[in-house]
This record gives sequence, structure tokens and C-alpha cells, in this order.
Amino acid sequence: MGRQLLINDLDKEGIQSLSGYKANGGYTALEKALKMNPEEIVEEVKKSGLRGRGGAGFPTGMKWSFIAKPPGVPRHLVCNADESEPGTFKDRFLMEKKPHILIEGMIISSFALGANVSYIYIRGEMMYVYHILEKAIQEAYDANLLGKNILGSGYDLDVYMHVGAGAYICGEETGLIESLEGKRGNPRIKPPFPAVKGVWDRPTVVNNVETIAAVVPIINMTGDEYAKIGIGKSTGTKLISASGHINKPGVYEIELGVPVEEFIYSDKYCGGIRNGKKMKAVVAGGSSVPILPTELILKTAKGEPRLMSYESLSDGGFVTGTMLGSGGFIVMDEDTSIVKNLWNFTRFYHHESCGQCSPCREGTGWMEKVLHKFLDGHATIADIDLLWDIQGKIEGKTICPLGEAAAWPVAAAIRHFRSEFEEYVTNGKNLKDVKHYYRINNLQTA
Amino acid sequence: MSDNKNIKFSDEALALCNKLMKRYPEGKQKSAILPILHLAQAEFGGWLSAPTMDYVASILKIQSIEVYEVASFYSMFNLKPVGKCVIEVCRTGPCWLMGAEDLVKYIEKKLNIKEGQTTADGMFTLKTVECLASCGTAPMMQIGETYHENLSFEKCEKILDDYKNKGEEISHYRKERIKNQSEIKQ
Repeated sequence: MGRQLLINDLDKEGIQSLSGYKANGGYTALEKALKMNPEEIVEEVKKSGLRGRGGAGFPTGMKWSFIAKPPGVPRHLVCNADESEPGTFKDRFLMEKKPHILIEGMIISSFALGANVSYIYIRGEMMYVYHILEKAIQEAYDANLLGKNILGSGYDLDVYMHVGAGAYICGEETGLIESLEGKRGNPRIKPPFPAVKGVWDRPTVVNNVETIAAVVPIINMTGDEYAKIGIGKSTGTKLISASGHINKPGVYEIELGVPVEEFIYSDKYCGGIRNGKKMKAVVAGGSSVPILPTELILKTAKGEPRLMSYESLSDGGFVTGTMLGSGGFIVMDEDTSIVKNLWNFTRFYHHESCGQCSPCREGTGWMEKVLHKFLDGHATIADIDLLWDIQGKIEGKTICPLGEAAAWPVAAAIRHFRSEFEEYVTNGKNLKDVKHYYRINNLQTA
Repeated sequence: MSDNKNIKFSDEALALCNKLMKRYPEGKQKSAILPILHLAQAEFGGWLSAPTMDYVASILKIQSIEVYEVASFYSMFNLKPVGKCVIEVCRTGPCWLMGAEDLVKYIEKKLNIKEGQTTADGMFTLKTVECLASCGTAPMMQIGETYHENLSFEKCEKILDDYKNKGEEISHYRKERIKNQSEIKQ
């Protein structure tokens, strides 16, 4: 256990530059890939079992094989670098520290898909990373790794940066495509899927940064070897963004299958809970996935140790399980108010709803207001049922999954922490005056 | 259309606009709207006035309404005047767990303004924003393109004092980058 394929060499001098990246084995996968058929590359990715690392976990090779190939119509690869799921910061970390692994992955993936023009859609707030990537792209052009006849292979590719401007919804692939076309980021009704009609009505594949980067080790080591890493259908390594009340927040690359308990308490990873406190709950895969209390995040309902894998984290469905999602792992200690944290998340979804679908546009706002009643000490027991009712009327009734992303955290918080909502009902006024019993980080001395 | 006469990009910014528009297929230059609005904010005082947006529409050869509807959708675009330095404090979940709420209160007290307001001297505007993908280094704030992370009150005070002493106008898109485009050939 413990192999790293993406961030293994960040301590190497100059790894951010082309020369440093090449000195540590960079662009060997590209040389290998350019000697393969595009179909063979797709086959290797299928064999690797790689699943989308942005959150949905859809098999990447299969997604690639869906791309339509009408003659004479250009195809595009778009890298989704619009990382904005609360709790997730792995893509920013990877792009900043090792931009060329993304560029190399973009070239190989574009070649496999038959795309000659590809885009990296990065969120506008990460403007400094945008400049790092533009520099890396220019280095690649200067070394004939981009442009015409790449390394004498006859393959032409242009990669362009595109910058967003602050909208969570543009991380949804059709919202991202609309935004790339210069419009508001309103997600599209599917079908048609982007693989058939994407940006400018052309066949398009949208992949997450980490997914595209993972193609590099897959080509280097072969899909079969990559599939041996991990556990079951959760193959390979995954970047986990760890945040909240832990001793060592940061980005960790794990082999899928590490026990959750080890991930939280081992000094190799999160290093346990800060200030000797006890853990209360974890949001394991970015703010959208169901929150789990300590006993259910460490062990499944059957009493088996919970593992950091797609299957184990979702064991028990939404009744007792959660999701790996984007790998945004948010840990909360015993002083955290679940209700106030939920209000914060719900306000986020209300702010970020694009407004197209009424259940999401209105429902997120209602949930935020009802939750505010709890915090102000004005809520009644019936408001708990009202919240439950609203979230159930959003889920599954919207064009894009933002509806679910807003509904699931509410459902899970009520399911696992109902007594806290009740405490706000009976004693909310006092909680408001004294404290929201959420942790105040000691900002004076941090 | 408003009167555009006084609004014109610098030659360097215009050259960059032309490069940006060439990144998209012919006839699809509207795709460059977000990057060009970022440039406009950097060039025209940190916000987008109606005449500025009309000017951008004329560059992209689209209707003004197409620019308005986009500019009003994305949270990084300021549709009202702002201070020289816009402080954007992350308020979402993981930052909140680490004390973002107290940080906002601290800045409000220090600058004697409320969230969304600008100081009387026109130096600072305080905004709260959603998750900036910096959860492992919370709490944090962004000023221009710079992420200021792992903040304490003292650290925050020093950072704000430094900006105030320099007194420069800061934008998301680096202004030196517009002047020196040697790394942007495509």
C-alpha cells in the first residue's frame, strides 16, 4: 500500500517546469502513446478501470468510447478545472505543483479522442494557476509537444486556456459547455449528451483534471497494472483533499481501499483530531454527499471497517452510507454544530443555483430560510418535517444534479442528527445567545 | 448603446483580446467573453459599467444584452464601483469550520465597514465569496489573484496594512501580464 502516481515527485527540483518534469520521466507516456492507435489508448484506459475523479465516478474509458465521430466534424476534449465543490482543492494543488502532468494527459487524451483543439476550463478565482498553465503550455509548444506534427507523429493539437468567472454550476459538464460558449452557465437537458452534441454542437468529452492526469501513469504502466492498484472496482490512486478539524489538513494521494480510520488517525495522513478533541462527523466526498456520524464513517452498518473506496463508502446506500464523490474529506470535531454547518452549505447551494428549475431555485432558498429559523431559535418541531419535505421535492426533479447536491446534505443531517435539530427547537434562543457551539478556531494565535 | 468614446482598451489589452478571440472557432468569438470581461475589469477600475460592457459587446460583435446577462451571472464581476483592493473572504463550510465568520467580523471592525461596503478612502471593498478551493489552508481570503491562507487576525491585519501602504489598484487579472505577453503566443 501507499503507491503514489501523481504527486510522488513534488519535492524534485524544478518539477513545475518542462525541463524538471522531463528530467523525472515526464512526457515518456506521450512518446509511447503517439506510437499506439487511438483505439488502443482507449482500450488501456478501459482496462485500467479509471473512473471520473471529479465526483460522479463514471468509467472514463466508457465515456471516451461514446464520443460520436461524424466525418468532417471537429471533436473537442475539455478539461474541467472548475474545481468548486466545497472541501475539494486537489486539482488546484496538482495544477499548481505539476502543471505538465495535466498538459501531457491532455495531449494523450486528445489524441485518443481524435481532437485537434482542446480546452482547459479553469475557474476564474484560480487566475494565478491559469498563468502557471499558460506558461506550461507555451513551454510545450516551444518543445513541439503541442502544435503541428507533434514529435514527428503527424498529429496536430492546440491546447488553450479558458477562464471562468465564479459560478459553481459551471463544474457541471453541460453548464461548463454553455459557459465555454460565452453564455450563462445554465446546464442543458440531456440527451443529447456532450459526446454527441457538446461545445458548438460538436462531439465533446469533458474530464476532470485528476482524471486526465491519471491517464499518464496508465499509459506508462499499462491499464492492467494500474487496475492491480486499489480494491475491486475502485482501481488506482485518488487524491483526497482533507480539511476541517484535523492535525494535518492537505492533499493526500492514497491507494483506493485505505481504511477510513487509518486515513483520519494515522500520522501519514490526517494525523487525528486537533486539540485532543473527539470526532463528531465527516463529509467524505465534498459538501454534496451525505454527512455521516463517527460510528458510521469508521464502520459500515454491518460492522465492517469502512474503506476509502467508491463501494465501501456507499455501502448501506444513503440510509447508512455516503459517497467518495470528489474526495473532499471534511472532518468535524465534537464542538461543531451540525445545524449551523448545514445552514452554511444550504446557503451555498441557494447562492449557486442557476435558477433554471423551480424546485432548486425556490427550494434551496426555502431550506435556507427554514434553517435560519433554527439558528434564531424560532423553529418548531414541524419545521424538521418541513425541511425533510422540501428536500424530497427537489431531489430528482431538476435538469442537473445541483438539486440532489442541495437535498442530500439536508436529508442526511436530519437522518443522523435529528436530536440536534430538536435541541435548537427547545433551547435555540440560549444556543444563539451563548454560542452556536461551533468551533471558533483560535485565530489570535494561529 | 451608451457613449463609448471614452472607453478604450490599451493597445496591449486590445492585442490580448485578439489573441483570446482566436482561441475559438471562426464565428464563435463570443466564447472569449469571460476572459475579456476579466481584462475589462483590470483595465477600467475593477468594475464593469454599462458603457464598458457595451464596449466589450462591440469588440465581440454581439448585442450589449448578451454581455449584461453574462456579467450579471458570474460572481467575480462587479457591477458597481469598488475600492482599489477587493477583499474576498471565503465563507463556505470548511473555512467556516475554521473561523471564517470571526475573520469577516474582524475585518469589518478593522476597516469600519460592513460586508459589501467600501471604505471611505476608496481603498478596500469587503466581499464574502463561496469556496475558493483552499479548504486545507483555511481560513483564507483572496485579494486580486493572490490567495492569503492560514489566516490569523494578526496575519490578516499585516496583509491589509501592506496593501494600504502600497495603495495600488489590484485586479484579478495581473496587469503586468497585459503589458508583457511574452509567454502568451497562442
